Amino acid sequence: MNLRGRAEAIAWGAQRASAAVLAACVLVHLATILYAVRGGLTAAEILGRTRGSAGLALFYGLFVLAAAIHAPLGLRTIARETFGWRGGALDLASAAFALFLAWFGWRALGGLFG
Amino acid sequence: MKAAIEARIWRGGAEGRFETFSVPRRDSQTVLDVVTFVQRRLDPTLSYRYACRVGMCGSCAMTVNGRPRWTCRTHVSRLGEGPLTIEPLANLPRIKDLAVDMVPFFDKWAKAGGRFVPSADAGADFAAVEPASPARREADAGIECIGCAVCYAACDLVSWNPDYLGPAALNRAWTLVSDVRDGGQAERLAAVAGDAGCHACHSQQSCREHCPKSLNPTASIAGLKRAALRAALKGGA
Repeated sequence: MNLRGRAEAIAWGAQRASAAVLAACVLVHLATILYAVRGGLTAAEILGRTRGSAGLALFYGLFVLAAAIHAPLGLRTIARETFGWRGGALDLASAAFALFLAWFGWRALGGLFG
Repeated sequence: MKAAIEARIWRGGAEGRFETFSVPRRDSQTVLDVVTFVQRRLDPTLSYRYACRVGMCGSCAMTVNGRPRWTCRTHVSRLGEGPLTIEPLANLPRIKDLAVDMVPFFDKWAKAGGRFVPSADAGADFAAVEPASPARREADAGIECIGCAVCYAACDLVSWNPDYLGPAALNRAWTLVSDVRDGGQAERLAAVAGDAGCHACHSQQSCREHCPKSLNPTASIAGLKRAALRAALKGGA
């Protein structure tokens, strides 16, 4: 299989796998939020629970990673089908967007869990 | 039931217009009967394509009231009393009136590796393929396609990306990927993987919805996606 075909196949697999991770993460996140806010919640209380929690940091780190993989691949498909944009420039733009999402997501986690 | 059918029929090629004809309503009348009546009794310059008239050849496919269908198997009585709008198949170049150019459709069968590649030489014994084996069942599920292009006309992805190989070509590729006798798997999986190949399919299942033979090209394409991913992860094809 040529490089292009292999890349497309692996990108498809990555999008499916990240979708499965995202589905689980969204459910856990929603359940956690519903449980946590049932008696009201302040920013200080949130930070009090998240800071130093390695488990929550790992969970949300995985959440960010899955989003950073999934969203750019989906946007790449939309760009192809809606605007006819194809080729290396689109792949580079998608990779840059993935890095952008991962960087800002993990940076936000640093503030919450650091 | 009205005594006459108002048939709006596309005239021209890429540029054209609808022309309205009044056709007598008959029992057990198909849309192909309507088109044939117009061509034989009202306007002999009308161009269209058909052969068997009984749902075997797949050559009479047209867009009827917005849906791609075999006109020989579509009874007028099931379409209501409103005007009958008959156009050529979508996603293919219009030649004249109701006839489309099928060349891009069949070219994609070739591009998708739709040709059987023998793995044994001519002197080898017959290959024994167990009918109940999973691979044979996969091939059986898609092998009855007769290439009518209804799925191709129904596919949104083809309309968005004209290079997309389309459901029929990919279904054909999958029947060969499932053929244990075939020796061209590496090249075929390489041909169907790509941004115009199987991984582009959104699984909207319009092909399945419209297939007159009730085949499921979406399932075939899903099989190709998995096979191509396995090949890509192995590093070969």
